[in-house]
Formats: sequence, C-alpha cells, structure tokens
Amino acid sequence: MTVLAAASPDATAAFIEIGAVALGLAVLARVAGRLGVTTIPFYLLAGLAIGEGGIAPLDVSAEFISLVGEIGVLLLLLTLGLEYTTDELRLGLRTGLVPGVTDALSNFTPGFVAGLLLGWDVNAAVLLGGVCWITSSGIVAKVLSDLDRLSNRETPAILNLLVLEDLAMAVYLPTAAALVTGRDVGETVTTVGIALAAVFVILMGAMRFGARLSALLAPGTDEALLLSVFGLTLLVGGLAQQLEVSAAIGAFLVGLALSGPVQKRAGAVVEPLRDLFAAVFFLFFSFQIKPADLLGALAPAAALAVVALAGKLLTGWVAAGRAGVGPAGRWRTGTALMARGEFSIVIASLGATLDDGTELGALAAAFVLLTAIGGPLATRYLAPPPWSVPAGR
Amino acid sequence: MPEVSETPLPGVGVRHEFTTVQGERVAVLTHRTGRREIAVYDRQDPDACTTVLHLSHDDTRTLAELLGASPVSEAVAAVQQRLEGLAIDWVAVPSGSRLVGLTIAEGEFRTRTGASIVAVVRGHMTLPAPGPDHRFEGGDVAVAVGTPEGLAQLRDLLVS
Repeated sequence: MTVLAAASPDATAAFIEIGAVALGLAVLARVAGRLGVTTIPFYLLAGLAIGEGGIAPLDVSAEFISLVGEIGVLLLLLTLGLEYTTDELRLGLRTGLVPGVTDALSNFTPGFVAGLLLGWDVNAAVLLGGVCWITSSGIVAKVLSDLDRLSNRETPAILNLLVLEDLAMAVYLPTAAALVTGRDVGETVTTVGIALAAVFVILMGAMRFGARLSALLAPGTDEALLLSVFGLTLLVGGLAQQLEVSAAIGAFLVGLALSGPVQKRAGAVVEPLRDLFAAVFFLFFSFQIKPADLLGALAPAAALAVVALAGKLLTGWVAAGRAGVGPAGRWRTGTALMARGEFSIVIASLGATLDDGTELGALAAAFVLLTAIGGPLATRYLAPPPWSVPAGR
Repeated sequence: MPEVSETPLPGVGVRHEFTTVQGERVAVLTHRTGRREIAVYDRQDPDACTTVLHLSHDDTRTLAELLGASPVSEAVAAVQQRLEGLAIDWVAVPSGSRLVGLTIAEGEFRTRTGASIVAVVRGHMTLPAPGPDHRFEGGDVAVAVGTPEGLAQLRDLLVS
C-alpha cells in the first residue's frame, strides 16, 4: 500500500507511457515473429514515431529511457561475449585471418570513404566504417536456422567470420570510443593507447581468471546468478568507462570471461532481460532522430547498402572458397552476411556527441532498416548469377 | 565403418558427417542444447542440403532405438569426458546389486578401485559429495571420477 500511496503524479504518468510503449513494442515483436523477420527495424520505426516530430511524441521519462537503453547496450555486448567459448574464439583466430582481413577491408572501407565523401570529420567516418562492417550475428544465426542451412558446408565459414567480427569489435569499439572523446592528435593517441592497454589487461585477466570466476558463480540459484552477472556487467562496464574505455567493451569482456556450464546458464537467464533493455535501446536511438533526417538519409543509405552487399559477397566468396566450398555455396555465404543490425546501432550511438552525430545516427538507422530487412531477403532469394555456377553440376 | 568427420560450428554446436555406401552424404548436427538435425546433402550442390530432419531429445532416442543403437551406451559415451587420464562416469546401481544397503565406507570403493564417488543421483534428486555413510538404494546412479581402469572396476563392483 505504501508503494501505491508513494506513486507521485510524475511516476503515474511515466507508468502509463512506459506501459503503453512496451505494449506497442510487444505488438511489433509479434508482427515481426509472424513475418519471420528481426524486430530491430520495427523498434527503430517505433522510436521515430514517439520521438520529436513523430506521430505520438513522448514527453516524460526520456531520461529514464536513456539510462535503460544504455544498460541495454551493456547486456547486448555481454551476451555477445557469452555466445562463443574460448576454444571457438581460438579456432576462429587460427583459421580465419585471411577471411577476417578481407571482411574488414571490403566492408569497413566503403563506410569510411562514404563518411569522408559526405564531408564528415574523420572520427564520424571511422564510426560509419564500423556501422557498415559488422554483420548482425543475431539475424544471421536466425536466418540460417529458419532456412535449414545450418548443416550446409559453407556455414562454418559464415559462423567463423561472425566470431572474428566479435573479436575485431573488442579492438574497434574501445578505439572508436577513445577517438570520439579525444580532442587534439596527441590526446587522441593517448586515449586510444590507454583504451587498448586496458582492453588487453582485462582480456588477459578474463582468460586467466575466467575459470575461477565461473567456478565462483557456478553454485547457487539462477536468481543469484542473474544478479551476479548483471551486477558484474554494470560494475566492470562502469569502471571501464572511468578509464575512458567504452563501458560496452567491459561488458563484452565479462561475457568472454565466463565459461563452461555457467556461460550457458548465464546466457539463458540474461536473455529475457537483454531483450527488454535492448528493445528500449533501439527505441531510444531512433527516438532522437527526426523523421525528416531519416528520409533524407535513405538515398545515401541505399547506395551504401548496395556497396555493402558487394563487400560481403566478396568476403563470402573468399571465406567459403578457402573452406573448399563450390560457387553456389560461396555466393550463399555472401548473401547470408548481408544483414547489419544491433552492433551497427551500438557503434553509431558512440558518435552521438560528434558534430556529425545527428547525420550519422540517421544514416545508420536508415542503413540498418534497409539491410536488416533486405539481408534476410537476399539470403533467401538472391540466386547466384548463372556465369558463376558451372553448368552440368 | 566409414570415416566420420567433425566440424565445430561456433555458437551453434558440432556437426558430424559421413558418406554412405551408396554415396550419399549425411550429417548429424548436434546443437548445444542437445537438439539434433539430420541433413542429407544435395548431389547437384554438395554444399547444400536437400532434406533436414529436426529431432528433439526424445526423437533422437526413438530414432536411435529404431536404428538398433543402444541409447544408454551412447549416453554414457557422451558423458565420459576424459581429462588427462582422468574420466568421469555415471554408474547405475541395479536393485539386485550386493551393494544395496551398504554405505560408501563399507563398500571400500576408493581403496579397491582408486575411483571416488563424487555424487549420487536418486530419482530427480542429486546428492553432491555424499559422505562415507551414504547408503545405496537400488536405482541410485553413482557419479564417479577416476582412471578409466578404476572406473571399470567400480562398475563391476556396483553392478555385481
């Protein structure tokens, strides 16, 4: 009863708004599930609708939503770190260097160049490179499973690329975050140096003490595990932020450090929480974008999406070719890698404070809308050109 | 037996594949969750599958039974993870065993086999680290750690 009595008029209004928004998202999630597509584009569109200049602008609770959204980023990165075992990461590094480098060169470069062509400063262009580079592992895993392609011969090549992009994120994210905060060249070099050193130290710690940490967390109930993992993620994320390394990377490293049965259990208990917080993050990201800006960004985003598809086709061709896969499978690898999603948005959100941040946000949102919807369609329907598949096979 | 190749699938599980005598390529994909898929490859495009069969845990057992494999021995083989000469094994104590009613201390298992009983599974309950005064009932499953030889001796003792 005290809670009821204590609920201020502000809180009451917030409850109603947040409740209505959550229910709206639930409807969208159902529609997305029915259509068999990812929820991210739907959440982005919902954010536009309730943002400034949208159809139903929301006034209170923006601060609350922003904080919840930032926790969403941490949980997204935590689950990314939880996704692969240390052995899988090692295997990926051992076998995937050439495909990984091809991936980085042929997908980061177009975004970076596009940023410069748009007249942005170098930092914003670096972020756009990242937006263009990283395939959405969530979308790809779901599409491959839906299309019954998990057993296909090219699939290990695709999954290994996703592992490599994960590892690349461990270096790219803190570097980009440091670039954004640095002011002059000297200061930038220092912050990037500190960021990378901190990542290295935390990573070594995670590798060395990961097993002990996992053993420490293993006994106890799921409730205790959820609270420990959630607390640890926020704590390490916050400390990493203090060192000017991005909080997201701290969360990612917490995920990496957990191994064995604890890794699996933690993934299962955190997943619903992540879905909730991440939905708010996508919502808040596009909440800050003016619908007019997004419409303006559609044309460059479409051009970038075409170049990005070509980049992933090249990556897929190289990666699957090295695994001894035939032309049709090499083509399928490229089309499967097309979808960008959660991490492109995470990267773009780093640049919110930049001069070109507004434009970057709008372009990234438009780009993700196009590729997250178009990617799975390309995976399903984009047939290899006849010349690439020898006749009579 | 044909050669079976193993491919790890990061974030998904592991895939085993082989070629049948007739020349068809078949793969079994084991998800991390234990769910399985059986895939038959396309003859035109050897990298793609023509048929994929989705099996739950129960379906796998049923299929294994129909194919004539013993799901029990398969399950044991799966959990017998070797770690530098050390193995862990699950041994069921049949209700007819001479050891039913005896305690772990009275059985002198460690002295006789070198293997330690680290847990006992009884119905839906797991007793971790049972004391020396734990008394066996028929149907208990002892979880033991030891050398493969020690575990074989322990199995003989418990089952006799």
